[in-house]
Amino acid sequence: MFKEVLQSIEGVEFYTIVSMLIFMLFFIGMIIWLFKVDKKYIKEMSELPLEEENNNEFSNLTGGTK
Amino acid sequence: MQLEKFSYDNEIVKKFALATTIWGLVGMLVGLLIATQLFAPALNFNIPFLTFGRIRPLHTNAVIFAFVGNAIFMGVYYSLQRLCKARMLSDWLSNFHFWGWQLIIVAAAITLPLGITTSKEYAELEWPIDIMIALVWIAFGINMFGTIIKRREKHMYVAIWFYIATWVTVTVLHVVNSIEIPVSFLKSYPVYAGVQDALVQWWYGHNAVAFFLTTPYLGLMYYYLPKAANRPVYSYKLSIVHFWTLVFIYIWAGPHHLLYSALPDWAQSLGTVFSIMLIAPSWGGMINGLLTLRGAWDRVRENPILKFMVVAVTAYGMATFEGPMLSLKNVNAIAHFTDWIIAHVHVGALGWNGFLTFGILYWLVPKLWKTNLYSKKLANFHFWIGFLGIVFYALSMWFSGVTQSLMWKQFTPLGVLQYPNFLETVLQIVPMYIIRMIGGSLYFAGVIVMVYNLMKTAKQGSFAKEEPAEAPALERFKDPLKRGVIHRFLEGKPAIFISLTLVVVLIASVFEFVPMFLIKSNIPTIASVKPYTPLELQGRDIYIREACNSCHSQLVRPFRSETERYGEYSKAGEYVYDHPFLWGSKRTGPDLHRIGGKYPSLWHYLHMDNPSSMSPGSLMPSYPWLLTNDLDVSDTESKIHAMRSIGVPYPDGYEKIANDDLQIQAEQIALDLQNAGAPAEPNKEIIALIAYLQRLGTDIKASSNVTKQAGN
Repeated sequence: MFKEVLQSIEGVEFYTIVSMLIFMLFFIGMIIWLFKVDKKYIKEMSELPLEEENNNEFSNLTGGTK
Repeated sequence: MQLEKFSYDNEIVKKFALATTIWGLVGMLVGLLIATQLFAPALNFNIPFLTFGRIRPLHTNAVIFAFVGNAIFMGVYYSLQRLCKARMLSDWLSNFHFWGWQLIIVAAAITLPLGITTSKEYAELEWPIDIMIALVWIAFGINMFGTIIKRREKHMYVAIWFYIATWVTVTVLHVVNSIEIPVSFLKSYPVYAGVQDALVQWWYGHNAVAFFLTTPYLGLMYYYLPKAANRPVYSYKLSIVHFWTLVFIYIWAGPHHLLYSALPDWAQSLGTVFSIMLIAPSWGGMINGLLTLRGAWDRVRENPILKFMVVAVTAYGMATFEGPMLSLKNVNAIAHFTDWIIAHVHVGALGWNGFLTFGILYWLVPKLWKTNLYSKKLANFHFWIGFLGIVFYALSMWFSGVTQSLMWKQFTPLGVLQYPNFLETVLQIVPMYIIRMIGGSLYFAGVIVMVYNLMKTAKQGSFAKEEPAEAPALERFKDPLKRGVIHRFLEGKPAIFISLTLVVVLIASVFEFVPMFLIKSNIPTIASVKPYTPLELQGRDIYIREACNSCHSQLVRPFRSETERYGEYSKAGEYVYDHPFLWGSKRTGPDLHRIGGKYPSLWHYLHMDNPSSMSPGSLMPSYPWLLTNDLDVSDTESKIHAMRSIGVPYPDGYEKIANDDLQIQAEQIALDLQNAGAPAEPNKEIIALIAYLQRLGTDIKASSNVTKQAGN
């Protein structure tokens, strides 16, 4: 059943190469971007989960003032 | 700037936390039972619903989809709201998701012990439940993406990408692997057969590990580890690289579950190469997690939450190193079908998933109930006893796996198998099975201590359903794209992000599947391989119902040690009518692919009634009900019909007369048994099962050995 569906797509081999290229280009683009990216932006991103008020007074376990 | 007031929904987080704890206890308890049955097979009490084959999938499903599943949702519902600075899109959807998921779990807990199963590992649930899963999963997706879209935070933190990748990929996996033809309300056959079915199944099975047990937990790690340590993640850049690499590479590695099988060589090599490559992104994640604690290791000494998380991330690193090593063909030749694999998955399940879940629960419960943890001492105790449990478990299974495998392969100087009796290799490792059970008990005891500790914590605190919050509304068009667009652009556009993840995931699948389904030469046909007779087909479904494939493989690998023990190695063309394939993944008992004609039918009859009567000391449970249950032939017609619709060449109209053929064959086998002195009746289930077992693997002998046929 699958065979027929796949065979009916014209030039199906072509799609695999295109999809590979899409990923490679995206990957290379990402690496280049990472070298050029603004440090401040990265710092801001990595601190996102800590942004909300640190109500550590409710925990005897998590760091902070202890 | 205008501040918007809203509140976070803590009630749904609490519900999922409760569910993960309860199902965790249930799933682990079932695990303990089956672990004990492996050295005390009488513990099935001759009750079908308590027999290993049926409750082993109950254990795996409960732990993966109930314990880990609910833990994922707990973690996501808490962190997503806060990372998006928004309440979940819809309380109704949240509740639909919660109750729907619990209903699915209950449905699984009922159907699996009843023997209602597709036999495909981690996808055993039958088609009506598959549809329920799809509906609930879509509800979760709408709720999650709706929340992301209405968020008040411009950027999507890395944890959210992992959640998105999880949702997208699990959707694809579930749909593709569940394409099946219903025979009745609770029975279906997959459209794929044999080698192709195996490839699809392990593409699914492997990626269920990747995208249900790994990516969502990495997302949780990226949120809760920085929270618990109170410091940002070590390298945000590393998290970007490792996310995309992981998502891209993981999906390719499935064929490493099928090394030395009848799968074409190119597909096996593909699986190996990508598995080795996987070390890089996996260790990227581990390093990022561990280095988050750089300069704060002193806190790990005092804080049980961090202890749990550090061991979890380390276990992740160990399992993701062991996995690629097991994907090397020479290592796999030793490890496959043995307890080594059981050790491997439990380092992941107990260490990575279990310990990260416990860490998050210890962090989350005091937070939700606005109080301190009841007892830090008990949490430390839980950590150590749980850790010890993992060590006992993994060490015993490593030993057991390697020992048994080497015994299977050992030849004497004269060139014959040193341990020709399979049972001998099993009895050798029984002490390891006992140690494994002790390890599991320690781990379970730890969880009970945790439940007590968390209940006490909740009792001394006060739970607030709503947590008020405020944040400025997101001004969507204020900050047009500047430079270095790619990733920042993606973060601003969840829809594009989702499509890209989907493309990346689909690329690999296309690469694997298209050639496999298109190129005929990948599965050479064998002229003498014929469809199963109606009786054999019914027998095969009993084999599936009792999940014989939990312990017996049907795949003789092309090694001398295996062809000596079992016979001719398995060919791809032999499986073309196997909907589903039944290769199995573990040899607790011997391979059965060449069992046909090996023993007289009487042997099977007595063996199923009481295995130790034929093999003294056998660990196989008894199946006395097969001798007394009447075979249900009312569905033969629909089964033959369904099989023909997916390509099995039964003649037109054959389903109408199939039961006549079934009757003739059954009477022949019963007569054979009666002549040998067994009180067998032709209408019992055992007759069908014997018919199937005696047919197994005999087709390729048919052309060369005509006399053999008479014996069947």
